[in-house]
Amino acid sequence: MTGLVLDHLTIRQGDQSLVALTAAIRPGEVLTIMGASGSGKSTLLSALIGTLAPAFRCEGRITLNDRDVTALPTRARRIGILFQDDLLFPHLSVAGNLGFGLPARHRSDRAARIDAALAEMDLAGFGPRDPATLSGGQRARVALLRTLLAEPQALLLDEPFSRLDAGLRSQIRTLVFDRARADGLPVILVTHDPDDARAAGGAVLSPLGARIST
Amino acid sequence: MRLRAGLLRQVPRVTVLLLTLPVLAGLAGTLIPAANPAALRALANWPGLEGAVRLSLVSGIASTLLALMLSLGLVAALLEHRSFGRVQALLSPLLSVPHAAAALGLAFLIAPSGWIARMLSPWATGWTTPPDLLILNDPMGLALIVGLTAKEMPFLLLMILAALPQVDANRRLTLAASLGYGRIAGFGLTVLPALYPLIRLPIYAVLAYAMTSVEMAMILGPSLPPGLSVQITQWMTDPSLAHRGTAAAAALLQLVLVIATLALWHGAERLIRRALRRQAARGRRAVPLDLLRRPLITLSVVLAAALFAGLAGLSLWSVAGLWPFPDLLPDWTLTTWTRVAPDLLTTTGTTLTLALLSTGAALGLVLSSLEAEHRYRLSPGAGAMALLYLPLIMPQVAFLPGLQIAALRLGAMEGVLAVASAHLIFVLPYVYLSLAAPYRAFDPRIALQATALGAGPARIFWTLRLPMLLSAVLTAAAVGVAVSVGQYLPSLLIGGGRVETLTTEAIALSSGGNRRIVGAYALLQMLLPALGFALAIGLPRLVFRHRRGMLPA
Repeated sequence: MTGLVLDHLTIRQGDQSLVALTAAIRPGEVLTIMGASGSGKSTLLSALIGTLAPAFRCEGRITLNDRDVTALPTRARRIGILFQDDLLFPHLSVAGNLGFGLPARHRSDRAARIDAALAEMDLAGFGPRDPATLSGGQRARVALLRTLLAEPQALLLDEPFSRLDAGLRSQIRTLVFDRARADGLPVILVTHDPDDARAAGGAVLSPLGARIST
Repeated sequence: MRLRAGLLRQVPRVTVLLLTLPVLAGLAGTLIPAANPAALRALANWPGLEGAVRLSLVSGIASTLLALMLSLGLVAALLEHRSFGRVQALLSPLLSVPHAAAALGLAFLIAPSGWIARMLSPWATGWTTPPDLLILNDPMGLALIVGLTAKEMPFLLLMILAALPQVDANRRLTLAASLGYGRIAGFGLTVLPALYPLIRLPIYAVLAYAMTSVEMAMILGPSLPPGLSVQITQWMTDPSLAHRGTAAAAALLQLVLVIATLALWHGAERLIRRALRRQAARGRRAVPLDLLRRPLITLSVVLAAALFAGLAGLSLWSVAGLWPFPDLLPDWTLTTWTRVAPDLLTTTGTTLTLALLSTGAALGLVLSSLEAEHRYRLSPGAGAMALLYLPLIMPQVAFLPGLQIAALRLGAMEGVLAVASAHLIFVLPYVYLSLAAPYRAFDPRIALQATALGAGPARIFWTLRLPMLLSAVLTAAAVGVAVSVGQYLPSLLIGGGRVETLTTEAIALSSGGNRRIVGAYALLQMLLPALGFALAIGLPRLVFRHRRGMLPA
């Protein structure tokens, strides 16, 4: 099926089971994984992007739009991720950061695509700016754009924008979910914040697959 | 530190003066005799000039570029990879090996009668006697470039590893990979721009050293004509004093060459930075670049293995009896050791005295400076860091001769003390670099807790900070000992040839061709620093064997 499928995905460290999930996330849907810190959330993220340390034993399958990505290296998975921090590259301009995300095959209209993307996020004219001069909300939007311009087939959110203050956070959160829905991306949100989970609107599971009501 | 507050506060400033004054005074002392038309004419008429200049430029730039690309490549290819720990464990002991020992080992390995030739003879080469080939001391300086690259690569790798946590490398690499970038491209486009400014000074030190290396160039480099710095050293140590003017003019030229090359390198940095930025915005994922990973790793491992094999060869020569070509192994005997034991003991004693004096002084100054920084909330600016690197970047041949003359004129200092003071100039920066990070990382809450319990700053320093930092202090001391043991030119020039260290003796003997004796000296030269590091690792484990919180995980 199209979308992101976790098929009996289990991760163990020694005798301890950290992750045990079976789930199907259709395009535009959000699955929230909620748990306290140390509960296997970040282990799950590492497994999804392909950076799991060798000490962990991972079984099961991850498929994305019917492609088995379980054994693929990070760069070949086409799973975009937004970290807690925006991680904008400080040595590149805003447009440079976005250009880093935009695939090279768009050769002739790079500048136009970047300008259009900025305009959609109410950031028209921000291309030449130094990222350090942007506000937190503006930086978060640039980070989201950079990820989306790379044309991912799924989106992972790692406690997204937990460093932003509450009002701004809900605004950015809504923006991210709206964009993901509009672009038809399956989303996995990893958080410890019930507000995030409620805003996501989809199913909420613990890393071990237990259903959580918020 | 029960120093009066005013005194302690001045220590950082005094330390910087102790580093910079001798360098600048020595520079003036060396270069003033160069302002003499006859000296400049004599240098211009020296037939070896062009070759010496070319050698300095080519071997310096090529080896620095190679060492930098290999160490960056290793990190880009292997960071967070399983085998990275193993590669690190292989490379880090090489840091403590003095340049002379490394060069001698490599020379024994690749010489026509060396291990490589023996391994291939006679079955592959047909040689039953060592071939008449100019592998060593080749006129192009290839052997020298290989030696410099192999020796500087572990140093640059360590500097890169120390800087990586400050640039959030792991997350940047993961982000780049999640956007589809290859490892090498991701590293070059996202980590390198932030990393490079942090390793710029060490790179400049490597470049300046490689351009002006005396001991490695004497052993591995061409001899007719030799490299510029080697020739300057020969002129300077010529008993007739007739070549002093020419030497001064050549030292001036060497200095100008180094400054010009550093300026050129700096210009290239800017071009590359701009190119990388443009490249990043183009969005090319450059995955095929990752095909370079395997060759990069292989080449680094081969270089490290060559150094190890060379050092093993040195040790073997010191216990070799008859060892005809092409036998792979010699007859064993301890004759060499018993024969040179008396000389070796004296020389080892001198070497150790110099190392302990200079390292002790350096530790005192560095600890006082760091404590002063901490107590008075001083923080060294970029200027102070550049001054710290001044003795490492300034070519030794450009300021040591002047310092030698000054020491003679003053007459107050001679022999071992004068040489130890000269060693201090080079030991101190490394001790500071090694100790500063762990000192600053000391948990401030511990000192706060102690203050709340009524302890003053002196008691906190002696009973908490120093014991808890024992491991870091001993490691810094081992680094200092390794640096001091490895010094060649300061011992030779400031000692006026009368202070014999393992390094000066090993190099003096190396031209004589008695490999067994050279092997014995070089082996000890290599063992002293190794012993220092062994103590730095072992002592804290012994002292704190009942304190699990003090042991490394």
